[in-house]
Amino acid sequence: MRLRTLTALAGALALSLVTGCANGDSTGSSSNTVTYWLWDANQLPAYQACAKGFEKENPGLKVKITQLGWSDYWTKLTAGFIAGTQPDVFTDHIQKFGQFADLKVLEPLDDLGIKEADYQPGLAANWIGQDGHRYGAPKDWDTVALFYNQKMAKDAGLTAEQLNALSWNPEDGGTFEKAIAHLTIDKNGKRGDEPGFDKNNVKVYGLASNGGGMGDGQTQWSPFTASAGWSYTDKARWGTKYQYDSETFQSVVKWYFGLAKKGYMVPFTDYNIQSNQANTQVSAGKAAAAFDGAWMISTYKGFKGRDMKAAFTPVGPTGKRATMMNGLADSITKGSDNKAGARKWVAYLASDACQTVVGKYGIVFPATPAGTEAAEAAYKKQGIDVTAFTEPVENKKDFRTFSYPITNYAADVTALMQPAMEDIYGNGTPVSSLDEVNDQINFILNQ
Amino acid sequence: MTVASSSPPSRLPLRGVEGTAPKPKPGKKRERDGGGRGDGALAALFIAPAMLGFLVFLLWPTLRGIYLSFTRFNLLTPAEWVGLDNYDRMIHDPIFWDSLTVTVEYVVINIGIQTVAALAIAVLLQRLTQSAMLRGVVLTPYLMSNVVAGLVWLWVLDTQLGIGNEIISGLGIDRIPFLADETWAIPTIAMINVWRHVGYTALLLFAGLQAIPNDMYEAAKVDGASEWRMFWRITMPLLRPVLAVVLIMTVIGSFQVFDTVAVTTAGGPANATNVLQFYIYGSAFGRFQFGYASAMSVALLVVLSAITVLQYRLTRAGQTDLG
Repeated sequence: MRLRTLTALAGALALSLVTGCANGDSTGSSSNTVTYWLWDANQLPAYQACAKGFEKENPGLKVKITQLGWSDYWTKLTAGFIAGTQPDVFTDHIQKFGQFADLKVLEPLDDLGIKEADYQPGLAANWIGQDGHRYGAPKDWDTVALFYNQKMAKDAGLTAEQLNALSWNPEDGGTFEKAIAHLTIDKNGKRGDEPGFDKNNVKVYGLASNGGGMGDGQTQWSPFTASAGWSYTDKARWGTKYQYDSETFQSVVKWYFGLAKKGYMVPFTDYNIQSNQANTQVSAGKAAAAFDGAWMISTYKGFKGRDMKAAFTPVGPTGKRATMMNGLADSITKGSDNKAGARKWVAYLASDACQTVVGKYGIVFPATPAGTEAAEAAYKKQGIDVTAFTEPVENKKDFRTFSYPITNYAADVTALMQPAMEDIYGNGTPVSSLDEVNDQINFILNQ
Repeated sequence: MTVASSSPPSRLPLRGVEGTAPKPKPGKKRERDGGGRGDGALAALFIAPAMLGFLVFLLWPTLRGIYLSFTRFNLLTPAEWVGLDNYDRMIHDPIFWDSLTVTVEYVVINIGIQTVAALAIAVLLQRLTQSAMLRGVVLTPYLMSNVVAGLVWLWVLDTQLGIGNEIISGLGIDRIPFLADETWAIPTIAMINVWRHVGYTALLLFAGLQAIPNDMYEAAKVDGASEWRMFWRITMPLLRPVLAVVLIMTVIGSFQVFDTVAVTTAGGPANATNVLQFYIYGSAFGRFQFGYASAMSVALLVVLSAITVLQYRLTRAGQTDLG
């Protein structure tokens, strides 16, 4: 009898374990709920407001928003794809798009009627896969500019006009390098362009560092490589050949990392992706200026005791300034339990109705022109001048905007380029080493 | 000393008097004790939870991992059999060999320093003090999670902003890029883990030391032996089996270093800390190459098995010099 009781108990325990595993904390949804994931905590209130409007327009449908930090977001999303616990809709990044297209985990959105003309130029086209189907609806965009500490610039005798009129070239660095050198101060108070400057004991660097930049250099070398006329791949989208072996690219990278050797830019040994990124260096007063993206506007604005402003990226050898213009999108997962509801939610997210609401929060530039205008007005209300970020989108004569490289095997490219760029930046490895890396990447791409 | 016997070991009698159980007939199934009452079922019941865990969490994943190592698999589409392709790629992959070298370098520094330090702490705890509080203090870093320990040290050792480097700079010495320089990164990660694990290892060794009879030390003292001599002639030989087991466990753990690397350097700078587990993780969950990652995992399993067997043999871990 006792044995039977024990057996029954053990059986019940095992059963509860097994069913417990199966249930877990499922993020799947019922037919009247749409689950939605995003990573930026700053944007959560804006999208919650958007969801309210959506629920009003679609009685019976509810949106459940989950916010996760950047790295947890992608880990959990990957795990979700595998375990079938993915959200119905998620904020997608172009860097991951190639891989998700490879893995066939996204639902085509052709029937949503997304028109290119309804969004800022280039944003809608980026989300069309190699198969010709659309996999993302544009939600926002960002560009890169030069944030600088106004007090440090003033002390160096540099005005906003001067900082907005900088130019560079890979030979002597132009007025940009001169300005960065002048903003640099060593332990003895000597500036980077003064005789006797001690490059090994720098107190304040002219330019902060965001590391080696992996394969895209978004906030590192890309404003320079692009304004020198270089492009990542042979085609704007879904290229089949990377061009890291180009002489132009390598000469720019050599000059750019050379700024650290000269003592004008934070050295690689002082950078850490976790503890000391460019914004931390500027916030700590260790650097005077930093290339960073529009998504960081409120972060830089919030630095206590640091009056920050943003300037245009410098004019390059092509006569144009350049910045990456990256756009996020909303995608529907192929394994979604509520595709009908998800489609309605994505269509709403991509509409002026939602994007204007998001724009009013002044935290991000929505993809539709009306949304962008709402954001500009909101930033203005907060006393933030965002011209350095918006002008490149509006003024195609003086600016070149370009996208993240969109190709297959994006994760492999990053895995190969990250150590290669760190090797050049940190260990002084010759830029010609990129020839071999480029061959490896192109081999993978064409396999 | 027990003498090894060629006859099958006798079962412990669950009921009745020892020796009353019938002698098993060679080649025939042994009868159940107590005339066929359900002891076997009870035994199976008690074994079941452990067996379930073993089958679900160990045996099945191992077998599946070995199978996947012969496939191309991205988790989302069915695995495709590719024979030995993954192993061929592994042999010709310079990053794999770099990872293995980096891992071995880490293990040598980590285990070398940790074992010596833990032994010293254990002996001091045994010979100098009986304070339970002190034993507790020694264990404190082990109570912290690896990720938290990694993050704390990352902030302390940050080249530009870390308090550790502020102190170094204050002393007039150049700042040290502990986690950002390829020469320093692996030794630094190894030392962070020494800091976290040394107390636990010391306590394991301390438990081993408790088994050494005190009269041996007293006899040696009467003979005029110094503490140093007693350590080498009594402590070390008698601690050897425990030390061997501790070494096997810590070496296996050390080869599996992952979290500290993920938190502090993410494999950088320029792959200088791209330890094997991190490379396997990146290949699987970053690049979705689960087949190749499985092949590398199988290689790690083989390496660890070989090292364990070798250590076990060399250190005679299964034998004691006591008694």
